Amino acid sequence: MSSEALVEISNVDFSYNAQPVLKRLALRFPRGKVVAIMGGSGTGKTTVLRLIGGQLRPDRGEVTFDGKPVHRMSHAELYAARRRMGMLFQFGALFTDLSVYENVAFALREHTRLPEPMIRDLVLMKLQAVGLRGAHALKPSELSGGMARRVALARAIALDPSLMMYDEPFTGLDPISTAVIGNLIRKLNDALGATSIVVTHDVEASLKIVDYVYLIADGEVVAEGTPAEVTRSEEPFVRQFINGEIDGPVRLHYTAASYESDLGLDN
Amino acid sequence: MDNALIRGLRLVGRLTVDGIWQIGATTRFMGMVLLRSGMTFRRFRLLMDEIYFAGALSLIIIIVSGLFVGLVLGLQGYETLKRYGSAEAVGTLVALSLVRELGPVVSALLFASRAGSAMTAEIGIMKSTEQLSAMEMMAVDPFSRVISPMFWGGFLSMPLLAAIFSATGIFGGYLITVVVIGVDAGAFWSQMQASVDLREDILNGVIKSIVFGAAVTAIALFEGYDAPPTAEGVSHAVTNTVVTSALAVLALDFVLTAFMFTGV
Ligand SMILES: Nc1ncnc2c1ncn2[C@@H]1O[C@H](COP(=O)(O)OP(=O)(O)OP(=O)(O)O)[C@@H](O)[C@H]1O
Ligand SMILES: [Mg+2]
Repeated sequence: MSSEALVEISNVDFSYNAQPVLKRLALRFPRGKVVAIMGGSGTGKTTVLRLIGGQLRPDRGEVTFDGKPVHRMSHAELYAARRRMGMLFQFGALFTDLSVYENVAFALREHTRLPEPMIRDLVLMKLQAVGLRGAHALKPSELSGGMARRVALARAIALDPSLMMYDEPFTGLDPISTAVIGNLIRKLNDALGATSIVVTHDVEASLKIVDYVYLIADGEVVAEGTPAEVTRSEEPFVRQFINGEIDGPVRLHYTAASYESDLGLDN
Repeated sequence: MDNALIRGLRLVGRLTVDGIWQIGATTRFMGMVLLRSGMTFRRFRLLMDEIYFAGALSLIIIIVSGLFVGLVLGLQGYETLKRYGSAEAVGTLVALSLVRELGPVVSALLFASRAGSAMTAEIGIMKSTEQLSAMEMMAVDPFSRVISPMFWGGFLSMPLLAAIFSATGIFGGYLITVVVIGVDAGAFWSQMQASVDLREDILNGVIKSIVFGAAVTAIALFEGYDAPPTAEGVSHAVTNTVVTSALAVLALDFVLTAFMFTGV
């Protein structure tokens, strides 16, 4: 059952301190597929990726990677599993004291004993894929936001992982780069036989490249389906999200007291 | 009245719980640092970099301070001892003060503000910019790769820095008393050699500097790792490192001195 899904999230509850974020969440990520998680800001998308990477533990339920529950792995097992994962962080998280080149080479140096010329070739190939081979000597502080994310992407794919997780890969990219990165995500997935999870707000860019979409609101799946099904859907929240309408069932606001009472207008 | 009592009790309770929590958290943290030290010693380069960072880069401030402390000790010692007609004993005074007390203590205080604060800031910023998370997700354990090497770098550097501090201090004392004031050089050195004991004085001083180095480095790393991931969080942690280290060094110095030199 779990053999065809590389990652499976079943009935997961998660809260930060007392703030519940995920409720009975269930997601499946079949091998070889590119799956998008979409949803408003603050709905827990990044949290899902951290649960898969074993950086957070679910309060209830289970996250399995390759059939094994992540939060019950030993330290060594967890690190072995992470060697097969690549993660693009939402804010890049580049090592600021290392050059672009060394950032991309980091995992190769840590986990392999490849000779320097081969490391160099691999690093330049990964940088070429994101269009930044020319920037290899720069420091992260000398990059623009979009460039930093592309370097982070090159770093995440350095070890050719079997699970790639992208947290907002399109943010801060111009339309051309968006298309390039979108194609790259798809091509990497298919060339490596990997499985990819793309967390994104960019409906247009992601629907072109993914196989399946989960739409999350308030820590729950509110809609799912193939891109074709999602675009055809008549469900109000799907329409609202896909078309970017302001009025609709999905709330923008973080849980709060009523606006009137916060402004002191109710008495 | 009742309220004040309850508030007082609450405060005591909170401080006790916080204190115990803090001790527990630091101990657990240090346990992880020590348990995951394997890579530090397998990859010598990592350790060398940290010794350079914590030790070599602290050299200037240690040497300059040591020299000035020695100059002052020489002056003060000479003025005092002259009254009793034993000005040649100034070498002994300078050496004993430095080796037993000032070397380990002052260099630990300087070490905390120079290297300790930098370690806290580095770890705190790496944490708040998710660099430590990114490392974890690249299957590289930040404890093995970053924190343990820093600990051992600091731990090994501190005794060396204290020794250099004491040596430059003694040289400063020599400069001011022998070269400037004109105390007899032979008397200066021979009295010093006769009265400084290898085990009693030098070894105890070295033990102190090892303990201080471990304490300061542990505090600095824990503060950085525990810092809230914000700009204020990190700056607050850096301040904490300097203040807590200073208090820890002075308190530990009292305890160690009581054990070592009074035969308690
Ligand atoms: N470290 C934390 N401590 C406490 N609460 C947190 C923490 N990180 C996130 N949260 C809360 O958890 C909720 C989900 O956060 P998460 O980062 O997963 O959202 P997201 O879906 O990735 O949003 P975005 O699209 O804006 O990146 C938010 O309401 C946020 O306030
Ligand atoms: Mg997010």
